[in-house]
Parts: sequence; C-alpha cells; structure tokens
Amino acid sequence: MTTLLMITILVLVSIAVWQITKIFQVAQLNKKVDDSQVANEKDNDWNGKLMFAFLVFIYLITIYSFWEWGDVLLPEAASEHGVDYDRLMWISMALIFFVQIVTQALLHYFSYKYRGRKGLKALFYADNDRLEFIWTIIPVIVLAVLILYGLYAWSNIMNFEEDEDALVVELYAQQFNWKARYAGADNVLGDANVRFLQDYDGLNLVGIDSSDPNGLDDVVVQELHLPVGRKVIFKMRSQDVLHSAYMPHFRAQMNCVPGMITEFAFTPTITTEEMRQNPDMVAKVQKINKIRYDNSQELIANGEEALDPYQFDYLLLCNKICGASHYNMQMKIIVEEEKDFNSWMAQQITFAEVIQ
Amino acid sequence: MGADAHHHKETFITKYIFSQDHKMISKQYLITGLIMGIVGIAMSLLFRLQLAWPEQPFGIFESTLGKWAPDGVMDPNVYLALVTIHGTIMVFFVLTAGLSGTFSNLLIPLQIGARDMASGFLNMVSYWLFFLSSVVMLASLFVEAGPAAAGWTIYPPLSALPQAQPGSGLGMTLWLVSMAIFIASSLLGSLNYIVTVINLRTKGMSMTRLPLTIWAFFVTAIIGVVSFPVLLSAALLLIMDRSFGTSFFLSDIFIQGEVLHYQGGSPVLFEHLFWFLGHPEVYIVLLPALGITSEVLATNARKPIFGYRAMVASILAIAFLSTIVWGHHMFISGMNPFLGSVFTFTTLLIAIPSAVKAFNYITTLWKGNLQLNPAMLFSIGLVSTFITGGLTGIILGDSTLDINVHDTYFVVAHFHLVMGISALYGLFAGVYHWFPKMFGRMLNKRLGYIHFWITAVCAYGVFFPMHFIGMAGLPRRYYTNTAFPYFDDLADINVVITIFALIAGAAQIVFLYNFIHSMFYGKPTVQNPWKSNTLEWTAPIKHFHGNWEGDIPEVHRWAYDYSKPGHKEDYVPQHISLKKGEKELQH
Repeated sequence: MTTLLMITILVLVSIAVWQITKIFQVAQLNKKVDDSQVANEKDNDWNGKLMFAFLVFIYLITIYSFWEWGDVLLPEAASEHGVDYDRLMWISMALIFFVQIVTQALLHYFSYKYRGRKGLKALFYADNDRLEFIWTIIPVIVLAVLILYGLYAWSNIMNFEEDEDALVVELYAQQFNWKARYAGADNVLGDANVRFLQDYDGLNLVGIDSSDPNGLDDVVVQELHLPVGRKVIFKMRSQDVLHSAYMPHFRAQMNCVPGMITEFAFTPTITTEEMRQNPDMVAKVQKINKIRYDNSQELIANGEEALDPYQFDYLLLCNKICGASHYNMQMKIIVEEEKDFNSWMAQQITFAEVIQ
Repeated sequence: MGADAHHHKETFITKYIFSQDHKMISKQYLITGLIMGIVGIAMSLLFRLQLAWPEQPFGIFESTLGKWAPDGVMDPNVYLALVTIHGTIMVFFVLTAGLSGTFSNLLIPLQIGARDMASGFLNMVSYWLFFLSSVVMLASLFVEAGPAAAGWTIYPPLSALPQAQPGSGLGMTLWLVSMAIFIASSLLGSLNYIVTVINLRTKGMSMTRLPLTIWAFFVTAIIGVVSFPVLLSAALLLIMDRSFGTSFFLSDIFIQGEVLHYQGGSPVLFEHLFWFLGHPEVYIVLLPALGITSEVLATNARKPIFGYRAMVASILAIAFLSTIVWGHHMFISGMNPFLGSVFTFTTLLIAIPSAVKAFNYITTLWKGNLQLNPAMLFSIGLVSTFITGGLTGIILGDSTLDINVHDTYFVVAHFHLVMGISALYGLFAGVYHWFPKMFGRMLNKRLGYIHFWITAVCAYGVFFPMHFIGMAGLPRRYYTNTAFPYFDDLADINVVITIFALIAGAAQIVFLYNFIHSMFYGKPTVQNPWKSNTLEWTAPIKHFHGNWEGDIPEVHRWAYDYSKPGHKEDYVPQHISLKKGEKELQH
C-alpha cells in the first residue's frame, strides 16, 4: 500500500515539475515553422493500405473466433421457450453479421480507396435527401420486425399463467449460496419472511412462517431437481443483497430482490442425462477434461492433488455482484423424469418434520 | 466586452492555477483526465492479470496492492474494488470530465467566436470541484477496508450495508461524496456551456452554421443538466439509508445473523434513479466523441460532412430517446414485464439515428481526398468500433434476448466497444487534432500512427473474443471462473484477451511520451495546420485571455465548405465572405 502511495506522490511531483518547466518553455516558443507533422502523400498511402489490411484483420478475427471458440457457446436450449429464444437470437445475429460485414467493408475500403493524393480535390457532396430517407426507412422496417418478434416472444415468456399442474419452486438467495423450496403436496408456498429466520435455532433456513399451514409441507433443499416436461414457476427471494438467478442452459434469468418476490417460469425439455449425451456436449466435456488432465499433471508435479474429472450438470449461477464469493455462488440443477423426481421428493423432509 | 478588458496583469496563480480562461481550464481538464485515465487503465490491467492467470502470485500485485494481495495473490474483495473503481473512473472522470470537459471548454468559445465562457468564474469553480472529486475518489483507494466494491452501478443493498462487503464502509461513503461533488461540477460546467452557446455566438454564427462539435457539446450539456440531478438524489437517498437509518432502498434484510430494521424500501427504485442518469450518461460520453469525429472526418476528408441537417436531427433524436430508454438495464430486475416491452421499443428506436450517423460518416469518406493524420485514423476507428459495438445493442436492447446475456461478458464487450473504445478514440482524435491549438506545438505523427495501429488491433483483440465468453454464459464481475469446471475451456480465451490488453496498455505509453515530449519539444505549429474552416484556427497561436486581438471574426458561411467548386483552395474558412454570385448551401 505504501508503495502505491509513494508512486502516486512521485507521479504528482513529476507532473508538478513538468508543469513548471512547461511554463518556462511556453514563454520562449520557437518561431521556426514546418509542416512535417501533417500527413503527407506517403503517410496517406501507407495508412490507407493499412486501413484495407485492417478490414481483412476484422474479418479474420471473426472467422478465427468462430473456428476456434465456436464450441464454447451454450448448447441447444433445454427449455420450451429457449427454442424460440435461440431462433430470435440467430435471426438477430445473422442480421448483425450482414450489416457488420457490409458497413465495415465500405468504411475501410473508402478509407483505402480515397487516401489523399496531391492536387486531387474531393467531391463537394453535402446532402442527398433521398439517400438519407433510404437509410432511415430501412432500419425502421428491419427494427420494426425485430421489435414485434421480440415483444411477442417476451410476452409469451413473461406472462405465464399460474396453471394448476405447474410446479411451484422458490429460489432463495443469500451470500453466497442458493436454496430451493418446494411447495409440497398442496403446491402452495407458505408465507415467509426474514424475521422468521432465527426461529427454531436457525433450522428455519428460508424463514417460513410456521403459523401458515401452507408452509408446513414445504421442502427446503440445496440441490434443484426438476421434472422434465412440466412447467416450473420460480418465485425468487433474497435475504440480504441483490442476486440474480441465472440458468443459462434454460435461457432463464431473474434478479432476486430483498423485500419482494420476483418470478420466472419455464418448462425443461431435456433431462440432464440426455444433455450429457448431446454430441456437442460430449465434445465440450471431452475438451474440458483434457484441459483438466493437463492442469492436473502440473499440479501433481508440484505435489498437489489432481483435479476431478468433470461431468456435465445444469447450473444455477449468481449473476448480480453480491460480494466476495459472488464468483462461487452456485447450485446444481438436475432435470429428470417425473418418476425419478417423485421418488427423490419422497425422500426429502418437510418443514413440519424439521421443526418438530 | 472587448479584448482590452482582459489585459490586466496575470499572476502565476491566476494564469495557471485558478485560471478563468477557458483554454487553460480545458488543459487542466485534459491533464487531470489523463492522470485519472492512467489510474483507471492500470487497474484494468491488474484485474486482467488475475482473470488470465487466476489466483497466481504476481510481484506487481504485492507492490501495488500490498496487504490486499497476501503473497502476491489478489483478494476477491480487491478484485471487485478494482472493477468498481475502474468503471467509475473511466466513465465519469475520463470520458465525461476528461473528454467533454476538455473539448467543450476549448472549442465552445473558440468555435462560436466568443472571448470566453459566459461565466469564467463558474467555469473555474467547475474545474476545481472536478479536481476535488478526483482527489476524494483517489483518496478512497487508501482507506483501511478498501474503496467501494459494489460495481460502478453501486446497487444497494450491497452498497448500503457495510456488513455485506468491506468496500461498503468508508470507501463507499467517499465514493458517494466524490460523486456528489462531481455532479455539482458537471452541472456548473453544463449550464455554462448551454448559456454560452445560446448567447455568445459571434455575428453570423446562426445555429444552422454551428460546427457539429458545438451541436454535440451543446446537446450533451442539456442531457447532463436533465439527468445528473437524478443521480444526485439517488446518491443522497443512499447516504440517508447508509448513515441515518432510512429505508428508501432497503427492506426485509437478514445479514450476519441479524434482522435489520429496514422496511418498505426497494432496490429497484434505486436502479430506476441510477439508470435515469446512467443511460443518458452513455450519450454524455459518446456525443462529444461523435461531434469531434464529425469535425475531424470532414476536415481531413476535405469534404463537407454528409447530411448536416440529418446529423443535427440525429443528435437531437438520440438526446431525446436517451432519456427514455433506461429501463433496458432492468429487464430482469423484477420490474413489470409490460414496462420492459416499452423500453425495448424505445431502445431499438435509438438504433435508427445511430445508424443514420454511421451511414453519413461513411458517405463523408466517399470520394474524399483523405488526409490520414492520426486524428483522422482515430475518427475512422471510432466509426468502426461504434458500428461493431452498436450492433450488439440490438441484441441487448431486446428484452427477450437480454434474458440470457444480461450481465455476462457479452455486455462487457458491447459497452466497451460502443462507448468505451469509441469515446476514447474520440478523445484521442480530439487531442491529436487540437493539440496544436492547445499547446502551440504539433504531436509527432509517427508516434501517433504507432499509437493508433497498435491500439486499434488490440481493441478488437480484447473485446471481440469477450462476446464468445458471454455467449458461453459466463457472468461478469467474477473474480475467477475456476469455481465452475464448465467454464474451464474459456481459460485460454482469457489469456488471449489479457495479452492484447497488456499490449494496448503499453501502446498508451507511446501516446503519453508523445504528449509530454511534444508539449516541450514538439514542432511549433502553423496557424491552421489542418487547413480547417472553423474559427478557432483564426485565433493567434499564442494564447491570451480573450482569444482574438481586435475584433472577433464574423461568420459568413457554414463550417463545411471543403473542396467547394469555384474556390482555388480546398477549404473556405467560416469568416470568409461569400464571393460575388456564390450561393450558400441551404441547410
């Protein structure tokens, strides 16, 4: 810390010295004049050519990135609405790439083509209402289509109905872990508030109000199980600071806000097992395990423990800065067949059993 | 007010420290902004090291971070602090004050033909408040528990509760105090710019003859006056919550084994207040850069800016729309989804004037006679990154698509390109172009070229791959991604990014050297080195308070008569009268 302070002081002092010398310098401005620091024909030439090279560079970095890193992108969506999401994403992406390729080409090609030459005069061309109209109206039309499609998808995702057979799950966030609360046999979550957290010697993990009969059959767990093909309505809560429940494979995210309950719903369509068999995922996991193997060799050489091999699981991550361990606030999500889900659920203990 | 009024004796203090001369204040802004920029960029390099080689010991951490990097390994809290202060410094201190403060001050009086700002005194106060806020912000780095670490958006409750993280103690208080002072500075500056542009234009300088730089600064100042006070109120309410136990933003909190008394507040309210400034802020940063680009492109293309009217209209449209799009930062904050629909609509609308600007810039280059000076390269670079970064805004502005990329590295890539790099390029373009006006000497062009080309390659090298990390699902503000084996395959992308970032950082040293060296030893400039049309180049090279000896030049034409047929030279400065039979363009 002292070093940083020292450096700052040094910097400030040197600036002061430099400012003062400058003042004396300014007083004796040299009157000799030349234009050697203005771009000449040669500068225009090589910089114009570099502009063209830069265009090639932009294209190359784009192609290279897709070639080399295309496999890090998320696999196919594992939720019903996620399919729509991905379609809208790829339509937008295609559009963006088209515009990007064309406009960058024009910009850099013009910079190259019209690099200055001596004796040449530019075209005096200040205005063209028709052109302005064209490139105003085209974005208007394209964006109108995108907006309509986007809003249609948005309203389908966000305005879900609270139908009877949807599974209701509370996601409960705190620094720095997640808990999930299932609504139990009645499928109604009992009332809850942070005031109840200290009841029952801290066994009341998410602050369920024990006087509310709906809460007695609630089940609190540290691992999220979801039955495939059944709609899940999430109710998010946080007990301390903002968190965000991010489930990238399901194209799902919602902030958890202290003092209010936020909601999101989706229907998982691919079980964890199925996703592990997905060819893209198999390749990705192989690549990850190769990296982990290589890193392990290094660790072993240093006398440390090797890394465990990795197996794919769906993830719930925290995606709103929440403090020191924000980077490690996670929960495993397991999507399984309804019967597996039911037998797992049967093993869990209810709130009533916890507080007995 | 004549020039004579200013011929009183100036002492060292009134000339160089408490100066009321807009040209000196502009230099003060620039140099303070550059110093803050060095701090901000250095911080980003530190946390890039951590991201590429997570939890590895680095000697540089030990020497710069001291006890916050035990055995040279960066602490997670410090990582968050660095990210927070990097964002704050770059957005507010470098790209708001450093960019707009420097060039609004330098150019508004000189380009509209005024002897100084409407109030030289307020202008001086504005700078010194900015200086004070910089000092407070830097001082916050040295408090015991560390500086603010809740992200530059300082969302409560994280920022409100010292129990939540060490940085939310005294560090956060100093952050808020610094910002409050900064806002006061910004408001004084902006009001001055507005009044000056409206009242002090020289004879003949109608609004439709204003250079686009001035339009941009003028409108930026208006956005600032409209939106900054809202951030001030948010900061004040947050101070109340922190220090006086009110519950504006807090409710139902249990932390460190204790139920807190807060009831009925909402963090979402803070988000609304923050982004009511926060989004216009993007344009406060960007518009001056675009204004500078318009001027630099036209001058160096030796061609009129294409579509002057459309350019002014798009500045106005962007300014208006920028104040009603803030909700796109909050699609998944828990606010009503219908509100999300409205903000999607307004947000995608803003793509239209932005597209018009990009097309007009490209057309300005078409059939030009491009003088590829360093300033010109940075302006072309700005258009390039503005397009690349702007296009991904179509994805983020769409509430549906935002769901899965919100707060990931995709966002980091987007805003760094569209407002960070673009605005920095605007700043550099401005410095290269107006350095002769500020210091009477030329910057070295060769160093300028080196600076540009390395920076341009690295900017794409750093931020293009980030889109992929984001679309892989990696959240931003993660100290490391080693906690998720799922992200192990992102490790080498992070290394690539950091290497590009380090090279880019080194390239800025070339610029600093050029800047400092040329101040003393640069080639002395001629009166109008770029053969530009605007009025500042009619003022004498040697600065004095009052700008012009004798009368202020009168204006007879717009600022973009480059390569006009019927004239021998390829430029006709604004103060040259129309020839017999010459027509002025209708605009």
